[in-house]
Amino acid sequence: MSETTVDAATTDYYQRSVAGTDEGDQELRPRSELTAAELMREVGAVLRMSEADAAKLGDLPDDPDDDQTMIINMGPQHPSTHGVLRLMLELQGETVLRCKPIIGYLHTGMEKTGEQLTFAQGGTNVTRMDYLSPLANELVFSMATEKLLGIDGDIPERAVWIRMLLAEMNRMSSHLLFMATNGMDLGAVSMMIYGWREREEVLRFFQEVTGLRMNHNYIRPGGLAADLPAGWRDGVLRILDMLPERLDEYDTLMTGQPIWRERLQGVGVITPQEALALGATGPILRSTGVEWDLRRDDPYLRYDEVEFDVVVGSYGDAFDRYAIRLAEIRESMRIVHQILDKMPGGDYRIQDKKVTPPPRARIDESMEALIHHFKIFTEGFKVPEGEVYVGIESPRGEIGCYIVSDGSANPYRMHMRDPSFVNIQCLPHMMRGGLVADAVAVISSVDPVLGGVDR
Amino acid sequence: MSEQNVVHVARDEYLDSIKALADDGYTMCVDLTGVDYLELTGRAVPDGVVAERFEVVVNLLDMRQRRRVRVRVQVPADDAVLPTLFDLYPGTEAMEREVFDMFGVEFDGHPDLTRILMPEDWIGHPLRKDFEVGRIPVQFKEAHA
Repeated sequence: MSETTVDAATTDYYQRSVAGTDEGDQELRPRSELTAAELMREVGAVLRMSEADAAKLGDLPDDPDDDQTMIINMGPQHPSTHGVLRLMLELQGETVLRCKPIIGYLHTGMEKTGEQLTFAQGGTNVTRMDYLSPLANELVFSMATEKLLGIDGDIPERAVWIRMLLAEMNRMSSHLLFMATNGMDLGAVSMMIYGWREREEVLRFFQEVTGLRMNHNYIRPGGLAADLPAGWRDGVLRILDMLPERLDEYDTLMTGQPIWRERLQGVGVITPQEALALGATGPILRSTGVEWDLRRDDPYLRYDEVEFDVVVGSYGDAFDRYAIRLAEIRESMRIVHQILDKMPGGDYRIQDKKVTPPPRARIDESMEALIHHFKIFTEGFKVPEGEVYVGIESPRGEIGCYIVSDGSANPYRMHMRDPSFVNIQCLPHMMRGGLVADAVAVISSVDPVLGGVDR
Repeated sequence: MSEQNVVHVARDEYLDSIKALADDGYTMCVDLTGVDYLELTGRAVPDGVVAERFEVVVNLLDMRQRRRVRVRVQVPADDAVLPTLFDLYPGTEAMEREVFDMFGVEFDGHPDLTRILMPEDWIGHPLRKDFEVGRIPVQFKEAHA
């Protein structure tokens, strides 16, 4: 626990802000200031080690005067930290001995905000958390709300399939951006432009469908904000026709290229036991060879009606994580092809007066419809008491939404289990013993989104 | 697996219950979070459970048998302490820090119980229900007067 040196009642905010620049207890302390037990504990903060590993660590010099280790600060404004991730690294020469991620720079209290907004408004809030997979956030929030309302089985087929289409397109756009940033972090700068270019094509499709490139608030409790626009099929097909060729270019540019492989293979290795213990999900867990994908293992929407493969790696290194994401783009394309064939007709939202506003045309002719519309958008709809947890597979792993409702129109508590928040705990473990130059490759391969980490 | 499987445990049995579940095959701790029930003190809880102000909710996952369980434990406001799950699931390190930061629930035996999202000198725990929503003036050190 931290000692606060500033009087709680002080109104001198300058004093408080100066005090706030000292990170105090969060910082990585010099090795010499740590007792052996604390050091072990800190190592354990990453993972419990075997006796043999712990013994090896004891060989490191701990004399502060011989100046062999150095603690340096990386971030929060470092370009390769994907936003505002700050790392404190203890180095011995070029080797990383310890690493501690420090987060919170992007914390805006979105879970608190979620309590102030109604269930109908909540989508605008959650979509901004993990801003590279906004549709996954909206989807899990809507699914949790629907479960509380008891209408999760009554969502029209068309709405469910559209949700699936968008979730997979979002997976593609998110992984394409990973291709771009991963390439840029490792010096393949042209890759940055290619990845961004392809992602933009997908975002353009989102713009046609939802009206916005990001932060859509398109998936809402009860269904969707609107039906797919005319010509959506052509938009999807254009992307599906364009991508295979471009992905083959990525293979030429990166996958088979010796420099790329040298740079990633064997870097940032994590074992299945470690990944499971740390709660890692998504491509990080799958890179270790654990076949776990909620789309297959806990099918939601209609994932049990489409065929796809769960791609796993075998070494748990940065190259596996890269290759898995590249392969997952191809798998998502395969799913989207099947969705195009199976897209049913029908309504795009549930016709439940409680959660669905009346159609626009009815508002012009019916006073009741106008009142109804007004009430849904000002007061929201009441959700029965209860608590619920729903988890789905976002591009980064399991995103979960835990909602407690007290029977009113606002969630009593809305918690998001964000995959990035849990996954960055793997960083110290992946980095230990590696080179400082590989630290960037390791951060990149975890693909954290700080908007989701800090919420 | 999507059914909601909830278990209430008493605080003094918390660690043992989670241990038993871990031995039973729940290999991953997916989530650990808290709820402040200050405004819902009279809420419905199963027989034998005494409703307290805070509740810590632990989500465990058994990958082999594809099942989940949600463990809920009541934590009184005047003694908001729980044993840490760190030794069972190292991945709870950040989650317990977040609950400490946001609710002020302490985790006994946690290796690094410091604020994780809020600034170090922050006063109060933001997700508590008696923590008001509002704004504070922000000053920049180098700003011109």
